[in-house]
Amino acid sequence: MNITLKVNGQSRTVDVPSDMPLLWVLRDELDMKGTKFGCGAAQCGACTVHVNGAPTRSCVLPATAVQGAEITTIEGLSPDGTHALQRAWDELDVPQCGYCQAGQLMSASALLAKNPKPTDADIDAAMNGNLCRCATYLRIRQGIHRAAEMLAAPTPSGAPRNGTSSRGTPE
Amino acid sequence: MTTPTAPVTRRAFLRVSAIAGGGLLFASVFEPLDAVEALTSPRINGAVPPADDPRLSAYISLTPDGVVTIMAKNPEIGQGVKTMLPMLIAEELDVAWTQVRVQQASLDTKNFQGQTAGGSTATPNNWLPMRRVGAAARAMLVGAAAQQWNVPAGECTTEAGVVHHRSSNRSLTYGALASAAVTIAPPDLATVPLKDPKNFKIIGQRVRGVDNHAIVTGKPLFGIDITRPGMKYATFVKCPVFGGKVTSANTAALAKMPGITHAFVVEGGDNLGALVGGVAIVGDSWWKVQTARKALQVQWNEGATASQSSDGFAAQAKALFATAPQRTIRNDGDVEAAMRAAAKTVEAEYSYPFIAHAPLEPQNCTAHFVNGKMEIWAPAQLPDSGRQLVARTLGLAPDDITVHIIRSGGGFGRRLYNDFMVEAAWIARETGVPVKLLWTREDDMQHDFYRPGGFHKFRAGFDANGAMTAFANHFATYGEGERFAASADIGPTEFPARFVPNLQIATSVMPLGVPTGALRAPRSNALSFAFMGFLDECAHAAGKDTVEFLRGVLTNLQPAPAPVEGRPQPQGLDAMRMRGVLDLVAEKSGWARRASLPKGTGLGVAFYFSHRGYFAEVAQVTVSKSGDVKVDKVWAAGDVGSQIINPSGAEQQTQGAVLDGIGQVLAQEITISGGRAMQSNFHDFPLLRLTQAPPVEVFWNLTDNSPTGIGEPALPPVVPAVTNAIFAATGKRVRSLPLSNHDLSWS
Repeated sequence: MNITLKVNGQSRTVDVPSDMPLLWVLRDELDMKGTKFGCGAAQCGACTVHVNGAPTRSCVLPATAVQGAEITTIEGLSPDGTHALQRAWDELDVPQCGYCQAGQLMSASALLAKNPKPTDADIDAAMNGNLCRCATYLRIRQGIHRAAEMLAAPTPSGAPRNGTSSRGTPE
Repeated sequence: MTTPTAPVTRRAFLRVSAIAGGGLLFASVFEPLDAVEALTSPRINGAVPPADDPRLSAYISLTPDGVVTIMAKNPEIGQGVKTMLPMLIAEELDVAWTQVRVQQASLDTKNFQGQTAGGSTATPNNWLPMRRVGAAARAMLVGAAAQQWNVPAGECTTEAGVVHHRSSNRSLTYGALASAAVTIAPPDLATVPLKDPKNFKIIGQRVRGVDNHAIVTGKPLFGIDITRPGMKYATFVKCPVFGGKVTSANTAALAKMPGITHAFVVEGGDNLGALVGGVAIVGDSWWKVQTARKALQVQWNEGATASQSSDGFAAQAKALFATAPQRTIRNDGDVEAAMRAAAKTVEAEYSYPFIAHAPLEPQNCTAHFVNGKMEIWAPAQLPDSGRQLVARTLGLAPDDITVHIIRSGGGFGRRLYNDFMVEAAWIARETGVPVKLLWTREDDMQHDFYRPGGFHKFRAGFDANGAMTAFANHFATYGEGERFAASADIGPTEFPARFVPNLQIATSVMPLGVPTGALRAPRSNALSFAFMGFLDECAHAAGKDTVEFLRGVLTNLQPAPAPVEGRPQPQGLDAMRMRGVLDLVAEKSGWARRASLPKGTGLGVAFYFSHRGYFAEVAQVTVSKSGDVKVDKVWAAGDVGSQIINPSGAEQQTQGAVLDGIGQVLAQEITISGGRAMQSNFHDFPLLRLTQAPPVEVFWNLTDNSPTGIGEPALPPVVPAVTNAIFAATGKRVRSLPLSNHDLSWS
């Protein structure tokens, strides 16, 4: 069936089976590979996207159910990879294998959007559904605090944002 | 850092050629592994042996604009080699890290050696070779500048990609010199001078992962993200009983379902590490293929493994412990006489379950067979082994198979086995179209090469002063005859072997139809729990603090026993290095405060030597009265030689390994029933979650040893450190894993 989705601000129409989860529409129909498949059962959080701002597991959510909703994926978290969380993740070198990190970032960004200065308990509540098999949890927690700091600090106008380097630089 | 003298027969040369655009390509070919090994412990505990091909190469390309591209030759599975190996080259090349671009190499056995991820081998195998590549390239650039300026090369210096002749105030960038450097005779790699470590500018710095930006912006990076023009999607359904085969399946009906292009039976063979029987379903989208899979009607011939179960193994182990061991691995002194003479003896039985690797990216592989040639995109730890397997299974020449090495969403040893690659290749050949095979989580959990479970019976004897005079281990494990199941063996240097005058390590085996394999720190991750748990019991039996007791054992090195069958015994751990990390972790964790902790909170300690690395760890654990376990904190002290190459990555690997071990302890277990794995997804095989992850403080004891790897050796000690801490907290001794099977409540 034809359905129309609003993904990262763009309207996209696809012809898919009525029970096809949003995850597979994003990955295999719209060729947006950032959202990951981990379990297919809403157990791991690798497939987390925002639906109207709320962190949502796309692997068990039929795409037909979110027609008309604002869907945001990791590709739409920021235009150029400069969301405070993305900068903090690079600065603190959070990823190991990196596979879960899109889901981690989507859960974390939903948290910061409604709670710009989360406590450890807030982070526990928001992030416990996102598994990291490499167990980068200590830096994930640190990264959320760091991003909150960045968001709180006034950015000098025109100052370069150095968190967008595609390579690590010796510090 | 000493550089070994190269034997005169050594092959060591550089191949240099110009590349388009005035650049320069360096390729090196030499055989350094024996020299590297001479600098490290000869005991390769659990390491994957080096590949047959003794050559080792690396590439650097320089372009006139000053960009330095370094090829990362090894598979990246989250262990950080895509960043770390190029750091070694960049350091000696003497460029700024900001000038460096890193590219992943494909499998190329003609130019690269050791394109593997396993056994924590990347550091020891590449520490000198990669630096020599960088140093040789630098020497040629300096030579080109010296020639141009007509000055001795020795008067030239380099810094950040520029050659300087200070006395005449002249400078040239590497980019400007690249074309001229082609004409300079390459230096001998064995003798090319390397930097004094005190002058390192990149090695020793916290360098961030080269793929971080791509990861945080969701770029396609992983095997699951590969897309080819005209690509179809595949699922492969295997018998839930290991080794079972297809009797019949409704493939004709499946092939008519919407979006399905192919459905067929693959007969497969008996080798569980290769292509086994199953049903392949191929179609326009992976979701449609999964929909068809729900309609699959298949009759299985389950085969002999259907009679095997975890309960059955436990019963067999019990029977084996009632009889003499089948095989002696080590026998020093006279254990039975020493036990009879002991002032005190203690005995206990330990066991641990099968566990799954469960990398977060399920197994997958993309393959395309066209005109007799196979092209494969594989997130694989041993891509060349996979290529050989595909060649053997499909009857292709290895040279007709191209393998692209793709970043893996976690390895942990699972991707050492190339079953997914041969499945994808077979399906690609049968269909003639590009095919992406993707397993479900359930496929991944139920068709793993599991960390084998095991059973241990221990006995120890002590003299009147509490010194350990006798130690015996009977290990009931899996195998047949003299052959152990993969990763189910034990070596003759398992600690406390070599440190007790009367000691026996002996084994008995049970046949196993369940596939097993290497999981992060194979053998060690399980043996550590049993041995270091029992040694904690020994300390208590001897009336000593565990740290004090372990120090005592380490001082009791025995004379080397007579060679077995003409071969010297492997050396095993170095007591002084272990003592170093034990003392460091005792200090950093405040071990001395343990007696002041309230009931319900305790400290546990353990050390372990694996993959050339020494780690001692202390866990602080709090157990609630109702029996809930919380690991409060872990202190980890490591000795992996003279240099931490990338402190950010090393800290990450250590913290990750420690937390991985805590996850194993808490609740991970694969139970076998009817010859199949009963767990299927993260609801019944729980990974550690954020709220369960305690702070992990990491400390390094730098020693005068060549640097070694760090992906694995931090894992083994934390398992017994946690269970020993539970004993300290509650008085309850945990002798089997996981904790979720235990009632740890106290009052």
